[in-house]
Amino acid sequence: MLSCPLEYQPQEYNLKGNVDSESLVEFDGVDFSYGATPILRNVSIGFPKGKIIAIMGGSGSGKTTLLRLIGGQLKPDQGTVRFEGDAINSMSHARLYALRRRMGMLFQFGALFTDLSVFENVAFPYREHLQLPESMIRDLVLMKLHAVGLRGAHDLKPAELSGGMARRVALARAIALDPRLIMYDEPFAGLDPISVAIIANLIRRLNSALGATSIIVTHDLEASFKIVDYVYFIAEGEIVAQGTPEDLYESEEPYVQQFVQGESDGPVRFHYPAGRYDADLGMSVE
Amino acid sequence: MISSVASGLRVIGRLTVDGIWHLGAASRFMSIVLMRSAMTFRRYRLLIDEIYFAGALSLIIIVVSGLFVGLVLGLQGYETLKRYGSAEAVGTLVALSLVRELGPVVSALLFASRAGSAITAEIGIMKSTQQLSAMEMMAVDPYARVVAPMFWGGFISMPLLAAIFSAMGIFGGYLITVVVIGVDAGAFWSQMQANVDFRGDILNGVIKSVVFGAAVTAIAVFEGYDAPPTAEGVSHAVTRTVVTSALTVLALDFVLTAFMFTGV
Repeated sequence: MLSCPLEYQPQEYNLKGNVDSESLVEFDGVDFSYGATPILRNVSIGFPKGKIIAIMGGSGSGKTTLLRLIGGQLKPDQGTVRFEGDAINSMSHARLYALRRRMGMLFQFGALFTDLSVFENVAFPYREHLQLPESMIRDLVLMKLHAVGLRGAHDLKPAELSGGMARRVALARAIALDPRLIMYDEPFAGLDPISVAIIANLIRRLNSALGATSIIVTHDLEASFKIVDYVYFIAEGEIVAQGTPEDLYESEEPYVQQFVQGESDGPVRFHYPAGRYDADLGMSVE
Repeated sequence: MISSVASGLRVIGRLTVDGIWHLGAASRFMSIVLMRSAMTFRRYRLLIDEIYFAGALSLIIIVVSGLFVGLVLGLQGYETLKRYGSAEAVGTLVALSLVRELGPVVSALLFASRAGSAITAEIGIMKSTQQLSAMEMMAVDPYARVVAPMFWGGFISMPLLAAIFSAMGIFGGYLITVVVIGVDAGAFWSQMQANVDFRGDILNGVIKSVVFGAAVTAIAVFEGYDAPPTAEGVSHAVTRTVVTSALTVLALDFVLTAFMFTGV
């Protein structure tokens, strides 16, 4: 049985040097844009082994793009993304797929296969990659489901699960092959407080039990700050702040202040850029 | 005047460029699907599932439609041929109409409506709910695991469905002309046997159904994979599959008929 305290005290360590030799994943001068819209600009950050790192920022700031770059689903316009020193963006198709076996990803709404049962969803990576006897697959699947507290739900279909349960099943599936890196895309979005606590607890416990590195893309301060070791704050395509959760609470960076205080206007404007209001309403402009 | 002409030319230019871009994207997509098809045949269970999905589940509409088309052909053919005193040739008329044209064409149109739309919807929804992305991140290639089996399942099913359509149509023709109207059964079958050529008629019909199957299924899988990941995007992709497939089948039918039966 896996166990780890829910209240986790972050360790003291220094990431300020960004890309360091102990990083599992490194971004080195990465630029990325969707068409003419720049998303990331000269991003250089590192994700050290064994840690839980949050990427925070407002909606549309490029957080999920970072995960997709790590997974090799997107390629940077410039710069390099490395996994254990190997450049992901220049890998062949075969090498990239071999690398992905060492990664797990929890998608925002689980992305479970709706035509398969909970059991078959978790069994999917085993059936696709390993030649195992059925009895062994059954044991492995039930162990993973037990780790997320859903062994008893193995016969259910995804449509019969609540949002929190679906995310836990997806988490069991993401860790099926005992990945080195687990990525979480908005794992707390749309969940009730109990489910948020359960998912947060699981992220911490599974990271410790698997000896993995976790990257969490989130804008949930309360839940994520309890479990993460380090935070990168992204705004307008750049890393504008970084540090431990305590560092970010005390940060004077305007973006971070607005985010932490939950203010509706600030560096991130309430109004989408527009022309003059009176002109739009057809009123005379002197 | 000049500005409206320029605007019209711009629209035509944009549509042409979009069309060429779309065709290029579809060709690239299909070449990837074909290159990653090995898993489909190595793990034949995937292929069998897709043949069931595209073929077996289309059987009812194909069988019923084939029967009714045969009944109508029998009635119309009998009424026309009776005027010339050659009602016994109705078997030939029904069989040639079906194996040369109606079997491949109508079953391809029905196949596009039933299986093509379902394939597009399934792939489109898998994409919009991130199931394909999840598969990629589990190091499972969605082209090899999802798209290629669907393509080959449809490709194999379509000629079989066209053959069943033609068989049911001939049975329908027999039912209405021989059993109901009273045309001589021996004349019905012997005329058919004497005038339907295996290579010239049946084999060409089979070739048509193979080409139509490839076209319809390729359109269906591409539109599903290319669909914007929204409800509206998937809905439009399904519509495009049915419309594009129908137009493509009819255009290909003209071209194939011109080559096969008129010696062009």
